[in-house]
Amino acid sequence: MLAYIVRRLFYAIPILIGVNLLTFILFFVVNSPDDMAVSQLGHKYVTPEAVQAWKRKNGYDLPLFFNSQERGGDALTETIFFTKSVKLFAFDFGRSESGRDITTDVSTRMWPSLAVALPTFVVGIWVNICVALMVVMFHATRLDRWAVFVFVGLMSISSLFYIIGGQYLVAKTWKLVPISGFNGDIQPWKFLLLPVLVGVIGGIGSGARWYRTLFLEEANQDYVRTARAKGASELRILFRHILPNALIPILTGVVIVIPTLFMGGLLIESFFGIPGLGSYMLDAINSQDFAIVRSMVFLGSILYIVGLILTDISYTWADPRLRLN
Amino acid sequence: MKPLLLWSDVLIYLLVFSLCAFFLRLRRDPQIREYWRQVFSTRVGMVTMTIILVYVGIALLDSLHFRRALEPVAGSPHGEVFYGSKVSSVLDVMMDGMGERFEATYSAPFALDSFEKQDMKDDAGHTYRGFPPLEHAGHHLSNAEERWADVLAKSATALMWGVLFSVLLIGPQWFFLRRSPFPWSASWVTQGVVICLSVWLVSISRYYHVLGTDLGGADVAYQSIKGIRTGVLLGTLATLIMLPIAVSLGVMAGYFKGWVDDAVQYLYTTLSSIPGILLIAASVLLFQVYIDLHPDFFSVGLEKADARFLALCFILGVTSWSSLCRLIRAETLKISQLGYVQAAHAFGVSHQRILMRHILPNVTHIILITFVLDFSALVLAEAVLSYIGVGIDPNMASWGNMINGARSELSREPVVWWTLSGAFFFMFVLVLAANLFSDLVRDAFDPRSGAGRSAT
Amino acid sequence: MSALSPPVMQVANLRVDVGETGEAILKGVSFELRAGEIFALVGESGSGKSVTSLAAMRLLPNALRITGGEVRVGNEDLFDLSEADMQSVRGERVAMIFQNAMSALNPVQTVGEQVAETLRLHTRLAGDALRKRVVQLFAEVGIQDADARYGFYPHQLSGGQQQRVMIAMALACEPDILIADEPTTALDVTIQAQVLALIRGLTRSRQLAVLLITHDMGVVKNTADEVAVMYRGEIIERAPVDAFFRNPREDYSRRLIAALPDLSHFHESAAEEALLQLDDVKVYFPIRKGVLQRVVDYTRAVDGVTLKIGRAETYALVGESGSGKSTLGRAILNLETVAGGQITFLGQPIHSLGRRAMLPYRKKIQVVFQNPYSSMNPRLTVAQIISEGMDSLGMGLTETQREDRIAALLQRVQLDPAFGRRHPHELSGGQLQRIAIARALAVEPELIICDEPTSALDVSIRADVLALLQELQREFGVSYLFITHDLSIVPSLAHRVGVMQAGRLVEQGTAEQILTRPEHPYTQALLASVPRVDSP
Repeated sequence: MLAYIVRRLFYAIPILIGVNLLTFILFFVVNSPDDMAVSQLGHKYVTPEAVQAWKRKNGYDLPLFFNSQERGGDALTETIFFTKSVKLFAFDFGRSESGRDITTDVSTRMWPSLAVALPTFVVGIWVNICVALMVVMFHATRLDRWAVFVFVGLMSISSLFYIIGGQYLVAKTWKLVPISGFNGDIQPWKFLLLPVLVGVIGGIGSGARWYRTLFLEEANQDYVRTARAKGASELRILFRHILPNALIPILTGVVIVIPTLFMGGLLIESFFGIPGLGSYMLDAINSQDFAIVRSMVFLGSILYIVGLILTDISYTWADPRLRLN
Repeated sequence: MKPLLLWSDVLIYLLVFSLCAFFLRLRRDPQIREYWRQVFSTRVGMVTMTIILVYVGIALLDSLHFRRALEPVAGSPHGEVFYGSKVSSVLDVMMDGMGERFEATYSAPFALDSFEKQDMKDDAGHTYRGFPPLEHAGHHLSNAEERWADVLAKSATALMWGVLFSVLLIGPQWFFLRRSPFPWSASWVTQGVVICLSVWLVSISRYYHVLGTDLGGADVAYQSIKGIRTGVLLGTLATLIMLPIAVSLGVMAGYFKGWVDDAVQYLYTTLSSIPGILLIAASVLLFQVYIDLHPDFFSVGLEKADARFLALCFILGVTSWSSLCRLIRAETLKISQLGYVQAAHAFGVSHQRILMRHILPNVTHIILITFVLDFSALVLAEAVLSYIGVGIDPNMASWGNMINGARSELSREPVVWWTLSGAFFFMFVLVLAANLFSDLVRDAFDPRSGAGRSAT
Repeated sequence: MSALSPPVMQVANLRVDVGETGEAILKGVSFELRAGEIFALVGESGSGKSVTSLAAMRLLPNALRITGGEVRVGNEDLFDLSEADMQSVRGERVAMIFQNAMSALNPVQTVGEQVAETLRLHTRLAGDALRKRVVQLFAEVGIQDADARYGFYPHQLSGGQQQRVMIAMALACEPDILIADEPTTALDVTIQAQVLALIRGLTRSRQLAVLLITHDMGVVKNTADEVAVMYRGEIIERAPVDAFFRNPREDYSRRLIAALPDLSHFHESAAEEALLQLDDVKVYFPIRKGVLQRVVDYTRAVDGVTLKIGRAETYALVGESGSGKSTLGRAILNLETVAGGQITFLGQPIHSLGRRAMLPYRKKIQVVFQNPYSSMNPRLTVAQIISEGMDSLGMGLTETQREDRIAALLQRVQLDPAFGRRHPHELSGGQLQRIAIARALAVEPELIICDEPTSALDVSIRADVLALLQELQREFGVSYLFITHDLSIVPSLAHRVGVMQAGRLVEQGTAEQILTRPEHPYTQALLASVPRVDSP
């Protein structure tokens, strides 16, 4: 198992290099270091000297990928790509184009993100499983058919509608919780309640429908017939046989998103004014701050790869067929 | 008039024709015909297909663009005609000038007055604050009290015309299809409703703004309908762009295994490890920079918007091919082990022929299922991306732009709800129809019914 | 056998149909089960035998519905009970075991827990007493080291042990009646014999009334007291086992019995010249381990096989699942890399030929696979399937010649030439397997590798396909390498037999030698478990 994890971590390195390469190509294809300097300095004060000075200061005075003036390994290392990438691998994200330290920003902003995303995730799974179980209990009845129809309906509603509708109804019309904002000191749950609620409700349609198919798939397995032949009641079969088996695909399906919870939700955070990484990214996109975007791409990739590894581990851990082999 | 061909117009017509050809080809296979029969023997299948076709039809009509000739200006050389920079489509003509009746700013559905107070002068020349009357609503009324009675009367007339049109259009269908085993009646009811609604909308829009107007004073109903083309095109083009990449790479990885497989897996793991929204945002921003640097490539604003739109389709396609590629790779791996591929090897059939004859035809169901499933996801994604500011060009009508423009207005008192409602409603109907239809397609084509989509 | 004891379970006039279409599945089935006796219900797939057992237990899938009849246990009609009462009947008074124990057991629950669950449902046992009882049951059904096995998951046990767990689970609450639905179908023959012996023993010792559902006449002959033959939802013949095998009344029954091996007639081996020769052939699959995925060892799928097949000769390669027999077949077809040894065809070594150099031999060596449903591309028509080899191997035929040849081939395998326009899913398993044979014949091969070509077919169809293969051999002089797990079809078919175990050929010789005077203990064990007509 350990050897397996180590191997997976080794596999992650070329992937991260690939991610970096891709973002670099993407950014520098249309936006050369000179363009960056010009846009940062402001068009008024652009002189060739100022551009050079800016490039030197920010480490953009090297060739992009290959330094023909250096010899041997240095031809590859003395480049923008290498110097910038190495820093990313050391989790040194550098400064944003507005001059703030990205690493500090990330480490302070991930907690509010997590404060919203984690409860949404946990409550969401719990609610979806419960709803799906209830529907499965009435499988092949009219109730089941209507439930599926409702799920599809819920899935077909834009997430923007859930957010806007939730804000409008709960916060504005009923005035139950603050519309937006985040304040860690006074009753933070009040600020979290609405985003979490909206996140959970928005996910019921697709989540519960997916779990329902997983449950039904298990319900068609031979061991369920065996349990019936033993004289087990339908409820017992559902909870003792179908649920534990279906939890394996459910678990392994959701594990991949756990690390990315740190990244928060773009929409939820911007609508509810939560100072997390989601709104950080959105601001960066809107202000075209490529340094932040690049750092977030790198961070997101790492978290995704961690998620992949966790998925594999959880698979072997949850399924005795794999665990004991 | 001078026709204007946008790249997306060309693509969508190409797409429709190739899809038709594809389906005609598939019809030859009795098993696939049986699957389709299963889909269309349900009422839901008929209704949703009808709705989807209506949307696609509107999108196609809206893809026939032209520029109107300007009135000849005195002094210009004889015979030379100038064309306006405003681009219209056949759909605009059919909607009878709905898009040309602008107001100053917001107005509520069926309102006669503007939503916002303005300084106005009374007859005596005194300035006062009040709601100015709308330019294109209710001028035929002698007094405002008659409004609802008038709406009712006009609706009744429109409905009669609607029923008449319905009878004319559905009658022949009934005559030819009445013995068909499929539940056509469900489709006819839908068609009837759609026809009546559109006749009603077009005729009543001459006198009122049915869904009010937005901040810029444009008719919301018109905007929502114009959003259809954007939604439908994005939903189809993005998938279509990624299909060749995803299918060819997936099939090759699953068939040749070894280093090809490793390379393809590396590629899609790398791509899918980048947070999708960031990749899309970054790409769109960069493309926007490119467009801004080369303004001379585009003769009218719409062409610029169209270029950005195509870029968005392309980017969405490129970022989303990995899931289909993964599915196809897995299916190819499975098929490669089956007896008929083994038998083909034993017959010395070439790799190319095995791929084309044995593998590809047997993964088409996955392609089809992905195509219909992704359609609705893409339509929804468009709204979110436009909201974030990396979606459709703001000059192009789209539901996302409408929502984006209206979201701050919920805090007004009274609330401006109609823009959001219009966009959400048109989007919801399309996505719901597509989702229900894709469920049916999946049930029919995939015996394991949706299982395993997230398992890999 | 024994004197008639009163029936423990009476099924009378049981009728089942498909709820939606009204198509009748069971058309009035009646029988009784008696204590201490095994009643066998025999039939082929689709005959309704499994539906009968599920209907009796009210466990039918939703699509099917019971339309009439009664199932009496003691003096209660099971169809009158409430669902809650029925639950106390299941497992306590009537127990069931199913085929393929691997999937019939809950994969994420330990086997001990699964047996304990039955006891918890119907008795007040708990704690240590419960565990003790489970261990005791395990011991009774012959699971060794029963205490340690309690905490095992199903996949950690072998197929035979899994089936024993199923039996323990069924017997836990000492039911009067046991319904066994194909209990040994998924098992290798040697294990099959042990499990059947266990069921037979328990029937006597516990005075169980057993309903044994099977498609295998050999199982019936060796195990049952009374037999009923089911055909299309009806019992067409019913008799005590001895009388049935001595004197079957119905044609259909006679055909089923005829499928049993006859060990008194063998084919003589006639060939001298070797068509195909294998010398010490090895096929290894690497096992990789560690961070760097180094190859640490090999799975020796085929580990040094030497054999020879002559012209117009059938060589039967017999072995249980995992013995490497199919891998060997694939290696001969050059679909698997040979790690060592030599394969020569007509004196030419062919195991190391490249794709192109192999082409001339592809025409000579053809293959028929086990599963007829997966060996045909569902998107092609039958004519396209048959012509595939002719096209790729360049038979140099004109369009009309090709069509004539397809028609002739279809007729040769006793199918209507009109089948050429159909697609595989429109055909039955037997028809498909004929088409697979026609496809192989199309390129005029000299050797056909038949990889379990009949194991997916029903017995009555199996005999027809085997007869067809033999006819073709006489007509075209083609040789067969016949790969099978089923010794019982060997005598009617093979000239020579090789027995494979764990990648090695443990014994080979003429069919008569192997089937009447086996020397290797493994062959003897295999043979002992084959039911036969002439056995007393």
